Amino acid sequence: MNTQTPALLRRLLAVSFLLSLFLFMAIILGISIGSTKSGIRSVLQSLLGGEASDSMASTIIWQLRFPRVLLAGLVGATLSLGGLVFQAILRNPLAEPYILGISGGAAVGAILGILLGFSRFIGVSLFAFAGSAGTLLMILVMSSGQTILKKDSLLLSGVMVNAFCSAIIMFLLSLTQDSRLHNIIFWLMGDLSMLDIRHVGILAGLIFPCFIIVFWQSHSMNLLLLGKEMAQSMGVNIRAVTLILLITTSFMVSTTVSQVGLLGFVGLVIPHLLRLLLGPDHRILVPSCIIGGAAYMIICDLLARVLPQQGEMPAGVITAMIGAPMFIFLLKRSGK
Amino acid sequence: MNMAIVVKNLIHNYGDTAILKNLSFSIQKGDFFIIIGPNGSGKTTLMKTMSGILKVQNGLLEVMGRPIKTYSRKALGRTIAYVPQTMQADFPFTTREVVLMGRSPYLGMLGLEQKADHEIARKAMAFTEVESLADRKLDQLSGGERQRVFIARAICQEPQIMLLDEPTASLDLAHQVKIMDLMEELKEQKQITVVMVSHDVNLAAMYGDRLLLLKQGKIVTLGKPDNVLTYQTLEETYGCTLLVDESPLGKFPRVSLVPRKALDPSKKAGNHT
Repeated sequence: MNTQTPALLRRLLAVSFLLSLFLFMAIILGISIGSTKSGIRSVLQSLLGGEASDSMASTIIWQLRFPRVLLAGLVGATLSLGGLVFQAILRNPLAEPYILGISGGAAVGAILGILLGFSRFIGVSLFAFAGSAGTLLMILVMSSGQTILKKDSLLLSGVMVNAFCSAIIMFLLSLTQDSRLHNIIFWLMGDLSMLDIRHVGILAGLIFPCFIIVFWQSHSMNLLLLGKEMAQSMGVNIRAVTLILLITTSFMVSTTVSQVGLLGFVGLVIPHLLRLLLGPDHRILVPSCIIGGAAYMIICDLLARVLPQQGEMPAGVITAMIGAPMFIFLLKRSGK
Repeated sequence: MNMAIVVKNLIHNYGDTAILKNLSFSIQKGDFFIIIGPNGSGKTTLMKTMSGILKVQNGLLEVMGRPIKTYSRKALGRTIAYVPQTMQADFPFTTREVVLMGRSPYLGMLGLEQKADHEIARKAMAFTEVESLADRKLDQLSGGERQRVFIARAICQEPQIMLLDEPTASLDLAHQVKIMDLMEELKEQKQITVVMVSHDVNLAAMYGDRLLLLKQGKIVTLGKPDNVLTYQTLEETYGCTLLVDESPLGKFPRVSLVPRKALDPSKKAGNHT
């Protein structure tokens, strides 16, 4: 019988350890590879605190690549966790911040914030949060009246919210004529190259508490999947849990969107992949999505840096190229 | 006190519509108590109120001698288990995982199950004969198997009262008997008070210790099956012609539907004149 006391804890540790190894490799790769070849050895040397062979390489690694890799990891973790939470709360396997239009709403808010001249942190983030909360409210109102949000109505409302948000974004862009235009457009497509290590640190400080809150609710998410009434009869305060999760998730998603723009489908690809591998228990899935999502995003960003012959492309291009076909596949399968 | 549930002057409205109109009754500990009545009589609303899902709007509801309001969510979960009418199986949990979730009223926030919890879950699965399905996913099970998994989950809550909303609806004949036999065993072996909503008056007649007949949010009668299931009462309540006789299986009534052609032989099907 495999029913020992800490069976779940042991499984959690094993899974987290394996995924962390994977994440570690992704980080090393992400730091080593780039337009200036540094070689893994000098990266390791530099990471271990030894004097790197030349200070140039050290500067590139510490000032440019390291913050960028950390940022990619944070963003990937946030977005895949966001997808996982929305899928559980809306009981819809196709829910995802980008598809639902939550990210779009955050983008509208963030652009408004940028155009009004607010600073990156607090100012723009708050605008983004307001934007995503607004779209979330819109989605909930549009698909309310049903106890379970049906797949189709939820997706359709997401499409409409997204269309509406794009229209506003285009409108705002058409009003902008100075040099900010290029920046905003690049940012919109999901750009991870703009933040320095201090900003990454602030972002991490804002987002880590959200991870803990979501993990703390992970068993309630399991119960929620059996249906509201059943969860309630087992002692779950549905209202409180839903509210806590929705607010936490839209806060962390909008905060990352305000910093790095739109990176689609991450919240679809990673939770589905991990659910397939590890089963639906959220106590395992929440930490796994955080670690796995981080590794995935680091690799997507790496591809975005390496694939183009010249310069680089936004990481959002890569995530969409991988994620959109997967979405279509899942949609087709769920229709059966 | 030997009452599991006491209801006094219970009133429930949805907006302007009155669903439960001043109900008063009580359920004895250890009873197999079945609520019957036509569609829209308020059975499910009553069930949801007794399970704590709907708040008591007006009136008094006592569970094991204490007003339901005085229970915390988890304490109520340790006292009453509820098996609702419809259940999702969208996400691929295994039987074991679902049954183990029944332990959550006893566990902390993360619901980390101890060895003892696994043992309780195993016994619950054995009781409803789903132990062999422990590692199968819920969406791979038949309707009858799934219902037994959800009942095992409810048993895992170790409740004193179990509420079930039409657990035999949409099951075939063999599974209907199996579920009802299971409920009787639960009552006899574990001294759990079983309260059930059913559309099937014959199952209610065979298994119920006491029946509550509801119509439009009011009590028509409450009592032993042969007092409740008389043809006058039933015809009046359901508004159709019925035949009630004694079952060849024992001393309880048997209710048969009467088709129109049996009442008037000249109006046979396909012979409209």
